Amino acid sequence: MSRKHEILENRRFVLVGAVLVIVAIFIARLFYLQVLESDYKAWADSNAFLKRTIYPARGIIYDREGRVVVYNQPAYDVTVIMREVKDLDTLDFCRITGISLDHFRRRMTEVKDRRRNPGYSSYTPQVFLPQLSAEEAGVLQEKLYKYPGFYIQNRTIRQYAYPNGALLLGDLGEVSPADMKADPYYARGDYSGRSGIEKSYETVLRGEKGVEILLRDAHGRIKGRYEGGIHDEAPVSGKNLTLSIDMELQAYGERLMQNKLGGIVMIEPSTGEVLCMVSSPTFDPSLLVGRLRGEHHRELERDPLKPLFNRPLMAQYPPGSTFKPTQGLIFLQEGVITPETRFTCAHGYTYRGGKPACHGHPSPLPVTGALSTSCNSFFPWGLHYMLDDRSRYPTVQQAFDRWKDYMVSFGYGYRLGIDLPGEKRGYIPNSKVYDKIYRGHWNSSTIISIAIGQGEVLATPLQICNLAATIANGGFYIAPHVVKRIEGQPLDTLYTRRHYTMADPKWYPLIAEGMRGAVAGSPYGATCRGTNLPDIEVCGKTGTAENPHGKDHSIFMGFAPYREPRVAIAVFVENAGFGATYAVPIGRLMLEKYLRGELLEESKPIEEYILNAVIMPGEGYK
Amino acid sequence: MNTYTPKPLYQSVDWFTILLYAIMVVAGWFSICGASYDFGTGTLLAADSRPLTQLQWIGISLVLIFVVMMLEEELFEMFAYPLYVAVIGLLVLTIFIAPDIKGSHSWLVLGPIRLQPAELAKFSTALAVARLMNTYGFRLSDPRQFVKVLALIFLPMICILMQRETGSALVYLAFFLMLYREGMSGYVLLAGVSAVVFFVVGMKYAGVMAGETPMGQFLVALMVLVISQILIYIEKKDLRTVKWMAIGSAVAFGIAYVVSLFVAVNFAWIGFGLIGVMVIVLVVMSVRQWVWNYALIAFFAVASLGFLYSVDYVFNNILEPHQQIRIKVSLGLEDDPSGAGYNVNQSKIAIGSGGFLGKGFLNGTQTKLKYVPEQETDFIFCTVGEEQGFVGATAVLVLFAAFIIRLFALAERQDNAFGRVYGYSVASIFLFHLVINIGMVTGLTPVIGIPLPFFSYGGSSLLGFTLLLFIFLRIDASRRER
Repeated sequence: MSRKHEILENRRFVLVGAVLVIVAIFIARLFYLQVLESDYKAWADSNAFLKRTIYPARGIIYDREGRVVVYNQPAYDVTVIMREVKDLDTLDFCRITGISLDHFRRRMTEVKDRRRNPGYSSYTPQVFLPQLSAEEAGVLQEKLYKYPGFYIQNRTIRQYAYPNGALLLGDLGEVSPADMKADPYYARGDYSGRSGIEKSYETVLRGEKGVEILLRDAHGRIKGRYEGGIHDEAPVSGKNLTLSIDMELQAYGERLMQNKLGGIVMIEPSTGEVLCMVSSPTFDPSLLVGRLRGEHHRELERDPLKPLFNRPLMAQYPPGSTFKPTQGLIFLQEGVITPETRFTCAHGYTYRGGKPACHGHPSPLPVTGALSTSCNSFFPWGLHYMLDDRSRYPTVQQAFDRWKDYMVSFGYGYRLGIDLPGEKRGYIPNSKVYDKIYRGHWNSSTIISIAIGQGEVLATPLQICNLAATIANGGFYIAPHVVKRIEGQPLDTLYTRRHYTMADPKWYPLIAEGMRGAVAGSPYGATCRGTNLPDIEVCGKTGTAENPHGKDHSIFMGFAPYREPRVAIAVFVENAGFGATYAVPIGRLMLEKYLRGELLEESKPIEEYILNAVIMPGEGYK
Repeated sequence: MNTYTPKPLYQSVDWFTILLYAIMVVAGWFSICGASYDFGTGTLLAADSRPLTQLQWIGISLVLIFVVMMLEEELFEMFAYPLYVAVIGLLVLTIFIAPDIKGSHSWLVLGPIRLQPAELAKFSTALAVARLMNTYGFRLSDPRQFVKVLALIFLPMICILMQRETGSALVYLAFFLMLYREGMSGYVLLAGVSAVVFFVVGMKYAGVMAGETPMGQFLVALMVLVISQILIYIEKKDLRTVKWMAIGSAVAFGIAYVVSLFVAVNFAWIGFGLIGVMVIVLVVMSVRQWVWNYALIAFFAVASLGFLYSVDYVFNNILEPHQQIRIKVSLGLEDDPSGAGYNVNQSKIAIGSGGFLGKGFLNGTQTKLKYVPEQETDFIFCTVGEEQGFVGATAVLVLFAAFIIRLFALAERQDNAFGRVYGYSVASIFLFHLVINIGMVTGLTPVIGIPLPFFSYGGSSLLGFTLLLFIFLRIDASRRER
């Protein structure tokens, strides 16, 4: 063997060494990929797992009588798998689905645009036209074979059994990026309550989404469940709600309010349950469901009559004469007056030369009579003695802030906390407000109109109705609420706790007596005879809210029956003038409907008159 | 005539290699099960499914092994040339009659059977080369003989290139490993490896600038300097010269660095300058001491720089933009996860997600949901990596290492050049497949589609590798019979 041969034989070690080095490099690389680098696992999971949400059934809403009000109905989305579309007769497709060619083309580009539709894949179904009705879907289904790549997919949408209570019930809308940020429960494309009960009870109604972990292949096609579905979570259905609302009553109220602006609130005093909450003008809640929701919503927003403005909660008027019972209670409690105290009235508040003015009635008169005939002099006198008597409070400011505290205890000036979004707080000024306006120099005369519910004070119709309920209860109220029962869950204690006012319950019968007198008649007169029923003892109080923009608003506040009240009511009709003209007869009909179920023969013409009445603002309504 | 005691075949055959072969084929079959399993249907061995087909191929392989073992060893040498000619004929025929399958024209379709003649060409070429190099008086250093060897190797390679199977064609470069063992100058290998490394590094850092310095040129210059100095040491063990050169280079770069704090300096030019100085020194030494190898090293240094510049020129001025992109992506220079880089990215995700112990048999999501392309064939190692984890993947690599080293050992113990050359060819081919395939799926080397022996699905490749291996085992077995 030559030396050369030996060298060549040694070359095998070079080759073996090369094998070892290469394999060592590979093992090091594998160690890096599989053990050191942890990102690959997450990438693999996001590659392969499609977490598909299973949407729970949203809670069903019943009224107090157990009638279904809001339920779920299947709707149909037209979906498209772009890759499967071929030989599409676009014009024919547009004709069947009733969309324009432009719309078709716009949707096609929108669906394919990954910026607007980040989950786009040409292998998976994409929603092309959302929420077709059963009829529309039926027509399309028959012809679907002509359009390969297009499918119909089920989903559920809200369905309304009554065309009533739109603002009360509320609607659903797609969640915004802000919603998703605020509550991580939501994902893109989810729906949540946008208004009404749907919004305030969103967390109860929506239930709990489930998740299904599916395996997705490289083309986005679903290849089954991950490990047979053991990691899946079933959805939990939303809880059903029972409303305190009586839908028949609600519907009747809306019918009476047709062609008028305003609202009706009725509360069961003993429980604080709202029986109806009418806002007029109204609209069919079904308008805000389905494909045309956006369009309808825009129309409603543009309507100058503001149908989306939930008047019972959001409208703030000077409460007018419906304010007077609170003043009586304050004066009695403060000892400014006794049940026997009489003040004079000479077609007006004599202390300030006949202003505010009053109508003709016997004088002097006690608090009951003043309420019955709605005297505009008695309550200014009371306020005068309360604020200007320095033996009682050292300063007018202290006296006034005491007055304000009373008003707050009656539920004015702050939100009552109803379980609906958008409630306004009304307005009760404090002494600082007047100090600012009058630079510290003021007394009862300066602000006297608040004694009769005019001037700075503002109240919502709900607050006015709540006052009626408080008087009916003889001194307390329970925060008004529209949901009577949540399936499998107790009601918030807010809606079971009694709020006592600062006025002693012993004074309340006197106030009720005065309101009874207003209806049944008293020696001093009666402003509310329109609600006097032969078989039901109604207590009432009219009011006229001054309206600087036009004709005054007409208000009625009352409760019935007198001895064992079952219902409190507030009615207001915008631009209808005196309370007695429209608000009172509407209140009468509503009370009859609720308490008796049917109208007396003699009430029929009144119903006729109300149904035909048209009180719409003219030009320049804002 | 024979002076030995003949041993029965079952005693003389190398059972260790056969055991490794069996383990790999079985492990490969399970990997194919894993890769082709469908979560949707949940069935493993449906009719016409890949595991079942592969099982048939394994059966045919067993028959083939039996036949090969029954043949007389002399037949292989005797029929090496006719076989070679026949396979070349088949390859040429294939170019013209093969249908277009994914852009390649390498499949012969005979009814239900599809055959890739390129897989057969490996063992027939190895036999022909072995026969040539076993002829009496053969010397590799004789240029005429060397050219003959090259012709035998390049002929099938060119045919396969014309079938548009670049990966399979490149496998023939493996023969150079065998040639190195048989006496080819190590410089040829060094030049080849250097060319690839310079090309990749030069391209990879072509656009990267560090101040005034183009990083690609600088790194190549640095490598040329280092390699040249190592070569000088290997040639003459002249530590003094190398030491002075190394210190000189370091000092030059040090000064350049200090200067660069004040004035922008192009370090690449410093490197080129140093190479220039080194080349002059080498030429002078070569003439003075009359050592030819110094001149060779100087030539290597100059040729390297020339190569770097010509690559730059060809790449930027001759190649079309889409070709440039394809090269860049396959070198991992351009990030394109949804396009050409998709395969490697998904392959790394699949392997990486396996973790230390793997997800378990049939539990790999990435391979089963088709995220990894060609997962049953070229990317089969992803299934191993995903389902068996680091432990399983390492085991497979160790198995291959043992297998190839064992083949080297068997080749080395042959008593004639025919057996040795053939054995080294076989081992080199397996090594080449391993390097390119594993390098590709782990994202270390460009994507060149060649199968992983015994693991990748496919009848032609399994039969081809089985023939390649067992002809050698048959030759090896008869060595002891003598």
